[in-house]
Order: sequence, then structure tokens, then C-alpha cells
Amino acid sequence: MADLSLAKPANPSEPRGPSLLSMLWRDKLAFISAVVLILIVLFALFGPWLLGDMAIKQNLRGRNLPPFSLDRGWQFFLGGDSLGRPMLARLVVAAHSTILIAAGTVFSALLVGAGLGLVAGYMGKTTSQVIMRLADVIMSFPSLLIAVVVLYVLGPSIPNMILVLAITRIPIYLRTTRAEVLEVRERMFVQAAIVMGANHGRIIVRHILPVVAPTLVTIATLDFAFVMLAESSLSFLGIGVQPPEITWGLMVAQGRPYLNTAWWLAFWPGLMIVITALSLNLLSNWMRVALDPAQRWRLESRKTKNV
Amino acid sequence: MTKMIGQRAIASLLSLLGLMVLVFFLSRLTGDPAVLFLPIDATEEMKQQFRALHGLDLPLIEQFGRYVWDLLHLDFGESLRKARPAIDIVLEAYAWTLPLALITMSLVVVAAIVLGSLAAFNVGGFFDRLVSIISLVGASAPDFWIAIVAIVVFSLGLGWLPTSGVGTPWHWILPVAVLFIRPFGLVVQVVRGSMLSALAAPYVKTARAKGVKNLPLIFVHTLRNGMLPVITVIGDQAAAMLNGAVIVETIFGFPGIGKLMIDSILQRDFNVVLAAIMVTAIAIFIMNILIDIAYGLLDPRIRH
Amino acid sequence: MSEPLLTVKNLSVDFHTARGTVHAVRNVSWSVSRGETLAILGESGSGKSVSANAVMNLLDTPPAEIVSGEILYEGEDLLRVSYEKHRALNGKKIAMIFQDPLGHLNPVYTVGWQIMEMMTAHGRPSDLARTRALELIARVGLPDPEAAMRKYPHQFSGGQRQRLMIAMALMLKPDILIADEPTTALDVTIQAEVLALLKELQAETGMALVLITHDLGVVAEIADRVVVMNKGEIVETGTARDVYHAPQHAYTQKLIAAAPGKGEIRQLDGAAPLLLEAKNLCKSYGKFTALRDVSLTLARGQSLAVVGESGSGKSTLARTILRLEQADSGQALWKGRDLIAMNARDLLECRREIQMVFQDPTQSLNPRMSVYQLIAEGWDIHKLMPDKSKRRARVLELLEQVGLSPEHADRYPHQFSGGQRQRIAIARALALEPELIICDEAVSALDVSIQAQVIALLDGLRQRLGISFLFIAHDLGVVRDFADTVIVMKAGEIVERGPTAEIFEAPQHDYTQRLLAANLDPDPDVQAARRAALTHG
Repeated sequence: MADLSLAKPANPSEPRGPSLLSMLWRDKLAFISAVVLILIVLFALFGPWLLGDMAIKQNLRGRNLPPFSLDRGWQFFLGGDSLGRPMLARLVVAAHSTILIAAGTVFSALLVGAGLGLVAGYMGKTTSQVIMRLADVIMSFPSLLIAVVVLYVLGPSIPNMILVLAITRIPIYLRTTRAEVLEVRERMFVQAAIVMGANHGRIIVRHILPVVAPTLVTIATLDFAFVMLAESSLSFLGIGVQPPEITWGLMVAQGRPYLNTAWWLAFWPGLMIVITALSLNLLSNWMRVALDPAQRWRLESRKTKNV
Repeated sequence: MTKMIGQRAIASLLSLLGLMVLVFFLSRLTGDPAVLFLPIDATEEMKQQFRALHGLDLPLIEQFGRYVWDLLHLDFGESLRKARPAIDIVLEAYAWTLPLALITMSLVVVAAIVLGSLAAFNVGGFFDRLVSIISLVGASAPDFWIAIVAIVVFSLGLGWLPTSGVGTPWHWILPVAVLFIRPFGLVVQVVRGSMLSALAAPYVKTARAKGVKNLPLIFVHTLRNGMLPVITVIGDQAAAMLNGAVIVETIFGFPGIGKLMIDSILQRDFNVVLAAIMVTAIAIFIMNILIDIAYGLLDPRIRH
Repeated sequence: MSEPLLTVKNLSVDFHTARGTVHAVRNVSWSVSRGETLAILGESGSGKSVSANAVMNLLDTPPAEIVSGEILYEGEDLLRVSYEKHRALNGKKIAMIFQDPLGHLNPVYTVGWQIMEMMTAHGRPSDLARTRALELIARVGLPDPEAAMRKYPHQFSGGQRQRLMIAMALMLKPDILIADEPTTALDVTIQAEVLALLKELQAETGMALVLITHDLGVVAEIADRVVVMNKGEIVETGTARDVYHAPQHAYTQKLIAAAPGKGEIRQLDGAAPLLLEAKNLCKSYGKFTALRDVSLTLARGQSLAVVGESGSGKSTLARTILRLEQADSGQALWKGRDLIAMNARDLLECRREIQMVFQDPTQSLNPRMSVYQLIAEGWDIHKLMPDKSKRRARVLELLEQVGLSPEHADRYPHQFSGGQRQRIAIARALALEPELIICDEAVSALDVSIQAQVIALLDGLRQRLGISFLFIAHDLGVVRDFADTVIVMKAGEIVERGPTAEIFEAPQHDYTQRLLAANLDPDPDVQAARRAALTHG
């Protein structure tokens, strides 16, 4: 009988509250992050197709060309690399492999992790125990190290990278899903569905997944940034993506010998990583609140203040 | 409590075994060390001799059996590269990594708790926003890039600090600073969130109704509860650091475990890699136990 | 009455929430004198706790804003004294206890330390605090105070925790004790003990007691005067007897009329065919035995109530019959077929015939489904009403049957009040045209006035549709109004069973008698007479 939690007045004209999009528009930081991420995804999708040739065209007179000059055309605005290739074009093209690896990893880890998590949370104790111990084992692996060893043996290709990185990320989704499922399945509305005679499939799809999904999406967004950093670390160490493929992490590594003379070779790709990861972090923070019905009012309230 | 530690021990042992098998067989598949370690003009005979000397001519299963047998006698084998016991080399490297991890984690814990708590008390204010932005940027920046930018600015540009090596205390500043940033960004966010929910807890209301002063309200009633989720995150970060800061150690030429492992893998010095993994796993196990104990000390509900 | 000790005058408080400003209380005035017990009575959302929180400076501003008013204590306005001065008064002069003692005690410190802190926080030496704490822990009736001091809150039962809270509050012999729903989370027998303790302590110390409650029975038992609140305003003030016997305001009249346990007890009419028969059900969790040899029978069209305190196994009984838990042994015969041993396909068929209504409708309705989807889900599961065009009409019909309107069909659960939500849950159960509805504490989360409406609705359904009810409850008043037969459970066993009239008028078992004695009557005179009988007897 906590009197301070006042009953929220029902508002029939807005049965589901404002749409997610208008809520995003209200949070400027999250909105900018979303725009930046869309831009980067567009780079990743169309970059190689539009600027692919330009990015590999060597130009001896443009070697280590300093940035912020439009003399040699817009593509050299961020400078030229050690072979005289335009940095700007290379950055755009590198988005392709960077995003591809991160997206592939997050997607496969999410799929496998959430699947196993559902099973572990929903099935009997023995199955659950086996799956959880397995996750513990993976968790206590030194993940970067295992990646190094495996990639060294299997050969550093993009599918192998996705495989290795995905395995190390599975426990995150597995644990989260299981914990949420364990909590949700005890909720009254799931019990009510069981009493009505709903089968397992229906309970999982109609009642459990819709509650668990927002959390998973939020974590996946955050994890995307983590995976990107891990991929760039591997590429930086020389056991990740191999030339002529390029990712931002590899570009930083390639620029490292020129630190003394041409700082921009390593600086720009690193900055791209920071911007992308920061946007993902900000968006994930926003989603944590926006997708949670219990916290959503915090965002909705801004309307009354701003308008 | 004992049960928890037992479970952890089993998980660690399993992972250790799995890792050992994996690394052992994978590493044997990567190519012939004899080719790598002997001069290019070495004869087939010399190679045979080298293999026989290190037992590399035996069937894989037998090699593994011998390795495990030696291991049970605490013999980790010899480093191919340095012709010294692998375990000695690993422990030497640990003598560098351990203080690096300890110094950095201490700074992270102190800074994150102080700044995160202050942000929580001032929620929505200027300081809170500042801490949030710093922590987000910190958690988003790749350490190799920060290291490179730091070298460009402080070593090459300003000339204040050495670029690499370990001779003087000055050599430690950049590695510690670079290693500090990411864990700090992650931990400070958890501290802030956890303190926020602890401050809203009903027992804080009771304490206010009792007339408890503000300082004890925050530092006695709230902080201890707020620390519970934080400890887990600190543990994860510390474990990552014990794995060796591969990147930072490589860039700054710091002779720690991370650099040793990468070098050994790239040169197929299996015994060192395996020894390093064992020692790391044991170190992480010990640290996890310490975290569990700290948890139990802070929260009586776990003890009982 | 003597000079008032604490006076609240024309207090108005607003809450600035996400959805606009809410006037939590408006022009609230009350006062309490030394040795007096004032009850602030109200249903959820009435603002009954707000003024007490303002007295203790516990309102967070923002979101709260004190718009006007004053709170006078010893010639000073507590709303205008400095923070430090107010802090020094809290606990020392005015102390407070809360509804949920588990949440309101710090989980990581020993209770001894927390009780002593009441004195050390106000600058008293700790050895003095220790002596006083030991004395008070013994006084509130806990065995072995020395050991209790060293334990943590989670190691006590709910009733013990509330006693410890009371001990803590009394450490500095405050002038005023504010108790916010102190017994709401407790079983009736424990509630009676805690209220008796509060009264004794008040007599010993002469403190003023302000008791915030939703329960007319608590008011009748303990209050001298009562303030009735509705929607942030005081609608009536007076002595507990006057307000009960001659309520002036329409709201108070409605509230008193809604109090359960006053109507005529129904008489069982004739024999009906047997519908459900449980035989020797047993269930244990590790060492804890939840059900021991429980048997019951329920005939068509009748309602059987299962009463008991927390931990009595009454909910486990419902859950095992419904196969939400698997019984260790025993049978549950539904029209002669054993539900416990039934295969999945047959069970599905029976599930249509047996529906359930849960305690908390906020949680038993999936928040992401509209009312229409919620009600129609059962048809999807059982492949009924394949003609979807007819479904909508049927949903509207059902909504009307439970007292909701057609436009509610496309809204979501969070847009309804608690009582309306429980109606949705009932409509969902009715959609499958069940023969039995199992209600697990189906009205105990609802306000008294809503409770009465829902009970009336269920009763109407039984009469019109001939549905049987298995009614799990702890509130004896509600059971008395609704049940044909009653089963009393304690620690997993049935201690007594019989027609409602027999149980209520001539209870045989000692436990049933205690349960009935602890059940508070909303009439202050009845409670006074009971107390008198106790002291004489």
C-alpha cells in the first residue's frame, strides 16, 4: 500500500504511448548516435562499390600527404597513406569488413546464445547445468588469447574471425537469456498461460520472448562495440584481417611505423572506431530505458518539459 | 560459500583441461618448429636431431601423454626459443605483469568508486554528465589507439615520457594510464547505477527517519550495499588484466605475460604458451576466490 | 483531550510526475495528543501516507512539492526548520516504522547494530545503546536478545522483524510513533500480537501513535480517533466509534458497507453431483512439507474456501490440482479422472474446464497484449471459435458480463485500475466456459470497496452460470461472505472442515478458534467487547 506510487492516469488517446521514433527524436544524443550508425552502415554497404577503386589506387605524389587540404581533391581531405592512397576513401571502404565481422559475430553469438539460454532456462535442471558449466568454461578462457591461438592455426580469414569471436561472446547472451527466462517463466502471466493449456512453443514465442527480446537487443548493441574493439585488436596484432582486405584496426597497425612523420595514418581509423563504439554505447544506454516498459516514462516525460 | 568455491574450482579445472588440450593439439598443427628454429640451410639430419631432442618426432598422442605426465611432476618443459625451463620464463614475465595489473586496478577501483558515487549523489547535474561522458568515451576507445595517440603526444610531441621499455618509473606512466581507461569507464558506470538504486532503497528511508546524518547515510548505509554488484565487475576486469595486457605490453615493449604469450605463439614456442596459460588460469582462479570472499564479507545473506 | 502534541495544518502536496502534476493531498489537517492513537484510514492512492512522510521530512522534493501548510511540533513549524534541526528530531522525538520490515532494514548490518544506531546517531554512547537495545529486544518479545543482536534481518520471520523495528523506534523514547501499515504484510494472528504490543508500549510510555492503515479492523482494534481520506482529501474525522456507527460522508458509508464478513451466511442447499475430489495429496520441497495427506471434495455449483496463513500450503494445493506443481503422491479426480496422472492431451481438455484467477492482476495479465488478445488467447489454444468474426462479438459480451465496456477491448492492462484488471482476468477465465474457477487470493490485493464488487461479480456468475469455485484466501471476512464450505489449513494439513456457518459459529479446532479470534472486526464495539472478554477470561 505504498501511497507514494501514484496510479498513473489512463490515457486512452495514446494507447501505447508515443512511438519509439518520436522518443528517439527527443533524446538528442541518442538520435545523433543513431544517425551516425546509419551513416556507417551505409558506408559498409555501399563503400566498396562506390569508392573501392579509388581506395586502392596508389599515387606516389600523394604519399603521406598531410590532411585538411583540398588541393588534390576531396578524397585527400584527410590526407594520403604511405602509398599515396586517399585516407578518406580507405576509411569508408574499411567500414565494410569492420562492420561485417562485428555484425556477423554479434548475430551468430546472439542466435546461439539466446537459443541455448532459452533451453537452459526452460528445460530441466540437468540440461541447464550442463549448458551453464559449458558457459563457465568459455568464460574463464582468456578470450583474446584463445582467439590468437585459433586464428594462428586456422589462418586469419573473416569467417574464422567471426567464428572465434562469436564463441567467446556466446556466454554473455546465454547467461542473460537464461536469467531472464528463469525470472519471466515464474511470472503470473506465464503461469496463467500454462493453466489455460498453452504449450511450450506458445509460451516461449508469445509470452517469454517478447519480454526478453528488448534486453537482448540492448546487450547486442553494446556488444557490437565490444566485438569491434576485439576485432581491431586482433587485426592490429597482425593475426586478424589480412591485406588487401582492410579494417580500421588494420589501418591503425599499418599507420604505426609512420607515427613520427604522418600521425594521421593511425589517428583517423582509430577515431572512426571511437565514434562508432561511442554511438553504440549511447544508443544502448537509451534503449535500456526506452525498451523497458517500467522505465519508459522517464523518456516520455521529457515531452511535458520541452513542449 | 565452500560450495560456491568448489563449483568454481571445478569449472576452472575443466576450462584449464580443455584449454590445455586445445592449445596443445592446435599448436602442433601449425607447422614444424624445426624449420623455424634452425637456420635455413639446416640439413634434414639436423632437423631430425632437433625433433628427436624435443620429442617432436613421436606420435601426437604420445607427445601429449608425455606432456601431461611431466606436468603432473610440475615440469612444464623447456622453451625452444631460449633453451630454459618454460616456467621460469613465465614467472619472470609475471613479475612484470602483476605489479602493472595491481597498480592499475587499484587506481581504477579508487577512482571509479569515488567518482561514480559522487555522480550518483549529483544525478543529472553537471558532474554526473561529465563522468558519464568520460566513462562512455573511455569504454569506447581501443587501447592500442590510445597508446599510439599517447606516444605521439607525450613522447614524440612533448618529449616528456619514454616511448617504450621498463628502466625507470617514468616508463610505467603511459602503460598504466592507457590500461586504466577502459576498465575505469566500465566500472564507474556500474558504481553510479548501483549507488543510485541503493540510495532509493527503503532502508535508506528508515535511516533518514532515524535521524542518521548524511555522511554515514551515504558511506555506511548505502556504499556497502552499492558495492555488491560492483565487485563482480571489478573481478571481471582484474581477470582480463591478469590475462596480460597483450596490446599495451606489445606497444610499450613491456616484458609482461601478454607480450610473452604473443611472442611465443608467433614463434611456436609451445611449452612457454602452455605454461603461461596454466599460470594465468591459476592466477585468475585465486582472484575469483578472493572476489567470492569479498562478496561474502560484504553481504551476510551469502554467508548464511 | 489535552493540548495536541503534533498538528498538521492545511497541508497540500503536489507530485510532479511524468504525466503531469498530481495533487497528492489537499488541505489536510489533523493533530494527535499525548497518549492518543490516531488512525489515518484510506485506500490505495488516497494520499494517506503523504502527510506522515512530510512530518518525517521523507518526501523527495522533487518530485514532491509542498504547496502550503504547516506542521507544528513544540511551537515550531517542521516544514520551516533547518535540515539539521529536523534530522535531530527524527527518531529522537518522532519515530516511524514501516509496512515491509525486510526492505526497511539494511540487509548487510546486524539488527543489533541497526537498533543501537538509533542512539549512536543522536550522540549517545554505544554501551548505553547496547544496554537499552538488549532491554527493548526482550521487551518486544524476542527470545535470547544477545543472540538476536548478532543476527541479520533475513534470519528473522516477518513478525519478528516488525518487533525489531518497533524496538528500534522506541530506543530514545519518542513522543510520537508513526506506523505506516505496520501489520499489512503479516498474518492475522501475528497482526493481533503486534497491535497488542504497540498498545502496551503506548500505555507504558504515553507516546502518541499515528497509525496509517487501509484496514477498518485495525482501526476498530487500536484507534481512538480516525481520519478518513479519499483522493487526497480528508472526508471525515471523529472517534473510531462515531465514524463506524454514524458515518457522515458518502465515501465513509460506502467503505463501511463494503467491509466483508457482515452479510448472512449462506446455507448449503441440497446435494449436487461431485465435480472435483482430491485424495491424499502430498507435496514436499526438500525437508519442507507443503501438503500432507490433503483431501477435499467439491460439488457442482458450490464454492469451497481454503483458508490459512502464509506457509499453510493453501496455494500449493491449488497449484498441484492445476498441475503447476507435480504432487508427490495422491490423486485429484476431475469428474472421476485423475488430473495428476493424466497425459498431456487429456490434460489440455480438462484445462479448458478449469480456469484460474490469480492474486495480482497486474502480473497475471501479459502487459504486451491487448484486452482482446488476452481474452481470445484461450480460443487459440483450444482451437475454439474458429470463425474469427464472431470472436469480437463474444469478447464484447464477456466484457459486459464482468462490468467493463466495449471500448476497453483494444486497451492494454496498464491503462486500467486494479479492480478493472481483475475483471479482465475473470473475463479471460469465462471465455473458455469453465465449470470450475480456482481463485488464488483473487481479491486480497484489491481495496475493500473494489473487493466487495468483485466478490459480488463472482457470486453472480456462480448463480447464473452454475460455475463452481475453489476459493483460496486468508481473509476470513471474504470467505464468510462467499463460501458454502470451508477448509482450514495449517502447516500443510487440514485441521478443520465444514459448512461455513459451522466453522464461523462453532469452530472446533483450537487453531480455527485462534484464527477467528485474531480476525479483526470492523466494529470498534465488537473489538472492545472481545478485549474485555480476554482480560476477564
